[in-house]
Parts: sequence; structure tokens; C-alpha cells
Amino acid sequence: MSDLLVKDRTIVVPGEILAEGMDYIPSYGVFREQNRIVAMQLGLVSINGRVIKLIPLSGRYIPKKADVVIGKVADIGFYGWRVDIGWAFQANLGLKDASSEFIEKGADLSQYYDYGDIIAAQITNVSGSKIIDLSMKGPGLKKLKGGKIIEVSPSKVPRIIGKQGSMVNLIKEKTNCKIIVGQNGKIWISGLNPETELLATNSIYKIEQESHLDGLTDRIKEFLDKGVKNGLQ
Amino acid sequence: MSYKDMKDYVVSLLNKGARMDGRNLLEYRTPIKVELNVSKNAEGSAKVTMGETEVLAGVKLNVGEPFPDTPNEGVLIVGAELLPLSSPEFESGPPGFEATELARIIDRGIRESNMLNIEKLVIKEGELVWMVFLDIYTINDAGNLIDASALAAIAALKHTVFPKLEKDKVAFGEHTKEKLPLKKVPITCTIYKIADKIIIDPNEKEQKVIDSRLTVAVSENNKINALQKGGNKGLSIEDIYSMIEIAQEKTKELRKILGDKQDK
Amino acid sequence: MVYSKRVDSRKFDQPREIEARVGIIKRADGSAYFKIGKTIAIAAVYGPRELYPAFKQNPETGILRCNYDMMSFSVTERKKPGPTRRSVEISLVTENALLPALDLSLFPNTVIDVFIQIIQADAGTRCAGISAAAMALADAGIPMKDLVSSISVGKVGDKIVLDLNKEEEDYEEGSTDIPVAIMPRNGEISLLQLDGDVEKEELLQALKLAKKGCDEIYKIQRQALKERYGGSAQDEL
Repeated sequence: MSDLLVKDRTIVVPGEILAEGMDYIPSYGVFREQNRIVAMQLGLVSINGRVIKLIPLSGRYIPKKADVVIGKVADIGFYGWRVDIGWAFQANLGLKDASSEFIEKGADLSQYYDYGDIIAAQITNVSGSKIIDLSMKGPGLKKLKGGKIIEVSPSKVPRIIGKQGSMVNLIKEKTNCKIIVGQNGKIWISGLNPETELLATNSIYKIEQESHLDGLTDRIKEFLDKGVKNGLQ
Repeated sequence: MSYKDMKDYVVSLLNKGARMDGRNLLEYRTPIKVELNVSKNAEGSAKVTMGETEVLAGVKLNVGEPFPDTPNEGVLIVGAELLPLSSPEFESGPPGFEATELARIIDRGIRESNMLNIEKLVIKEGELVWMVFLDIYTINDAGNLIDASALAAIAALKHTVFPKLEKDKVAFGEHTKEKLPLKKVPITCTIYKIADKIIIDPNEKEQKVIDSRLTVAVSENNKINALQKGGNKGLSIEDIYSMIEIAQEKTKELRKILGDKQDK
Repeated sequence: MVYSKRVDSRKFDQPREIEARVGIIKRADGSAYFKIGKTIAIAAVYGPRELYPAFKQNPETGILRCNYDMMSFSVTERKKPGPTRRSVEISLVTENALLPALDLSLFPNTVIDVFIQIIQADAGTRCAGISAAAMALADAGIPMKDLVSSISVGKVGDKIVLDLNKEEEDYEEGSTDIPVAIMPRNGEISLLQLDGDVEKEELLQALKLAKKGCDEIYKIQRQALKERYGGSAQDEL
């Protein structure tokens, strides 16, 4: 006989017992201790059938396979690039993953990505803390020219994207900015002028701060409309 | 975002009269809060928040021998620590250049304005004087630590009381109601230059791309008590003149915030 | 030797008033404020981040590094800034108190830095620091098998009491201070020190009282952590 001790979508702290009995299966952010399932992080409980996991509410970005991240080229070597993605260690971008075109060994790699260049890349492999491999092959993966980067708490990224991209699309539409949201909490914004970028930035910060309140979409819409009216011609 | 990109971005905003957080160029973040008596074992203490920047200052008094060259003056010792708790960029260890410069800027503002009536801190001339230890700790570094620290320091000093003195020794933990003898109160404002634009109160991102700064301690009657030019680019005489004018205006705002504070 | 009434008229098993807040230092990855009576501690967590020098990196696990210090004006007689033998020892026992609750195996070669500052001291500062640090670690999203709650117990005169204040710690006719940290789910003790003079049975009684005290602290820590994130369900995700 198993008992669920918490409701779906409640906030729990590390060490809190979420379920007793062997019927439930631990997933991300929780662990099994004897016949109990225990929270291992501050997070939001997510129950899907018999699977219990936590959605983290805080903390630094932790690299995960398949995440699209925004990074900055930190170093150029013989066989590829080292990229700062906001994790304790830099990620690798190897020659064969760097471009859809063939890059010859010994080529001037700065022609492709130079120091300080901002890129949108996908994580293809994570091993330990130190080995994180990136690829630039895929839709939307590219060098990002111009614009600016802002940073938000990685745990707020799903809110900024919204259901099927609804939130970020709203901001794009109202401000006419190009926006790419990295799972690592780095967001690239490029607009026609600094004012539109500022409005996009502020609306993203507003989402970050008010993500736990009701009616977020309506409030962001109102905020953007007001911003457009007050000076974005 | 690289240094150059960040700088270009900040400058492009400044050229349009805007800041990253939507402020005007010569506007402090709000609210500026001064909270007194935040550490009750201190003889005086204050916490200042300026936007997200937060600093604590505390004063401890003891008695000791005066310096041989100033036998009829009390002693003021100012220290500052950029705590690694307050920023990912600060490291553990003894105070480095930045922390030492910060302490020195605050020290000179207080000393040169004669804020402390140090003659009145003498108990027995040449033998025993009050020693005033003012220590500043950063809690959250979101830029412009200098102005926040200076304001916290002044607020703490203004509300410092003497401890009880028994047979020439301090009875630790027992405070009297007698306040530190103060004369004129200096207020410090730092003016920053980025490219050809002048701003105040940068956040931590703006602070990283400044070219130069001028810290001005302004007395009650609008005189200049201390200056410190920082940053690695030069300033013209015209720059300096207009920066001082701004400091004279802006310190009035800070002085009002400080003046509104009553003892708890 | 009879201690019949506490100096601040608390019950013998009653802690001082406790206040806890999370997320007080914006630039940190996690942070917390913990006040018990007149003792105030703040803690900030940075990491996981790269550990320098690299030879100290552990390829098996992340490393926890704690740093406890008191502000110069937090005590009645000024403390000179900078580490002391006392603060170095407390940093170490704090590390040992927190480490059993953490799972840093996901972050090999990294360090998690915990900085604790005592703003105002009236006994029990290491315990307040540990309680603050545990909340800050949770706020930083660090994987933890449990929280850590900490309080001091002891013997004042002839009585076993919870949460000694400074006056009780300095009680002239004898005082024993026993700082304790407990992981609340399984009741395991991760900090235990003692300075004084007690019978074995008295120690047992004191530890039971510490458990009760830590349970109260845990409730407050939990509440503070939940409040930081709005307390209840989130919409629209």
C-alpha cells in the first residue's frame, strides 16, 4: 500500500518525504530511501502517473544533454573552441560539430568563431563536470551578431518561453526584437534600437520577478503595450 | 557579453539619455534606505541599501594611548572589507587594493571635514584618548559601493554613543546615552564617466565599463573636503568642474535622507 | 547552584524568538538570514564553481568550503577583522555539520563556497550560522538529502536548558554549552561540541532537548524557504 504525502505542484524543501511505499518511481531531484521517496532539492513537485520528480526553483545552470544554450567563445585551440556557457567549466566545440561546412585541420578557426563571439549551441554530451560537448548543427544554432545578452535565473527559463513559446513570441511581436532564450539562463536580444531592446529586457526581468503570481501573460501584455505607447515609435 | 559589447550597449543607451534599468543619467537608484542600530553590540551601526547594493557600517569605541605626534587628539581607524559573501568576484583573504582604497576614501572624507571633534575625545592629554573604530562590510555588491559605504559610515557615526567608562577602562556591553562629539557632516557622491557621458550610481554592470570616476566629499556648507579620482582614463578640468557641481547637488538629496533618520 | 528562573524568563525548553528569511543577497546563488534572540547570522552560497588551485579538485565529487567570521562590531569588545583560531575551527565544524546532508557527487572537480557572517552576537553564533547556511544551500539549488538545523543546549547551574544566551553562557556558578546540529528527517547529529562539565545522563537529556529545539528550527527554515518561492503552486507552466 503506497501513500502520496504531497500534492502535485507544491513547493518542497530538501529532505521532505513525498511518498511512502514502493509504488512510486523517483525521477529528477528526488531519491528513494528504503520505502520512501524524498526530495533532494528545493523544488516544485511534479507527479506524472507513478513517477515523481521535482522542477528546480533556484540555483545555477547545470548542463544537460540536448539543452540549447547561449555561450561565449573563450578560447580557440587546434581542434576547436572552448565556450563559456555559465557553468563551472567551459564546454568544447569540436571542428566536426562546429559547422555544416567541412573545416580543415589547421584552418584559421577565428574565421568561424572568434574570441568573444556569442553563439547558440546545443549540448550533445555531458560527462562529469568537466566534459561538456557542443554542436552547432541544427536549426537556429548559429553565431549571434549584434544585440546583447541578459541573464536570468535558469529556473525561470520555462516561464520566459511560455507554453509552446507563447510568452517569448509575445515579446518578440510587441518589440520587434529577435530573441533567443538559452536553457542556461542567457538570453540574446537584438532590436532595431536600444529602446526596443530595453523594453524586451525589462519585460523578461518582470517575468522573472513575477513568475509565481497569477495572470502573468496579461500583465506582461499590458506592460509591453504601455512601453510601446510611451516611446517606441 | 564581452567587455566591448557591454560598453557599446551602455554607451548607446546613454547617448539616448537612458540607462539599462530605465533611470536618468544623474539619478540614484530608489529607494535609498538608511536603517540604524542594526547591530546592537556596536556603539553605532547602520545599514544602507541603494537599489540592490547593501552595506553595513559599525562603530566600536575603546580607550588607548594617543599617537605621539597628536597627544591631544582622539584616534579614528577606518576599515573596509569587500566580503566574498557579497559578490562572486570578491576573494577571501586580507583586504586588497580595492578594499583599502574604499576605507581610505571614507577615512579622508570624515577626517578632512573635521566631522569628528577629535579634541573632545581626549580623556587625559598625552595618555588616554578615545579610539573610534569604524568598520565597513559589503553585503551585496550591485555597484557604487563607495557612496553606499560612505553614507552608512556617516549614519553609524552620527548615531554612535559612548560606552561606559570605569576607572579608565571601557565597561564592554554598557552604553551611555552620550553621543560622539560631531561637527560638520560630510556627504560623499561619486560621479562616473563612460565615454563622454557622466552618470552617478552605476549598477554592477555599468560599473564594469566605466572609464573614470571622481569621488567628492561635500561639507554642510557645500565645500569640498576630499577628492579621489579613480579609473584608468583622464578627466579634463571642465569635466572635474561639472562633476563637482553634480556632487554638490546630489549630496543634498543624500543629506536629506540622512537627516530624516531619527534614533531608535 | 539552583537555577530556578532563566535570566530572560523563558521556559527551560524554550528557544529565543527566531526569524528566518531566504534570498537576501541578490548576487549570491543562494542566501539566508537567521536571527535567534539577539544573535544574527547571514549566509551566502556561490557555486558549484571551478575550484582553484586545480590540484585541489576532486574528480569524484564537488567540495564544500565554509568560511565563518564575525563582524568586528558584532561583539561587545571589538574583534579585529580577519580570521582567528576560533573562526577557523568554527568554519571547519560548520563544514562537517553540513556535508553529511549534501550530495555533491553530481559536481566533480567543483567547489561550493559558503560564507557566513555574524552581524550581532549573543551566544549560539555557530548554530545560527549553520541554520542560515543550510537554508542558503537549499536556496542555491544544491542537492541535499536533508536540511540541517542547529541550536545549542547546555547546563546552566543545575538545569538543562535550550538555546543559551550570552548571559547564561557566562553564568558564574557554572555553565556548559553544547552546540548541536541535526538532520531533521532521520535525527542524525552532524555537529556536537561541549565545553563544561556534565554527567552522561545529563548529556542524553540535553541531546533530546536539542532534537526538540531543532525540530522547531526546521519548521521555521522550511517555512522561510517555501515563502521565498510564493508558498504554493505556480500557474500556467
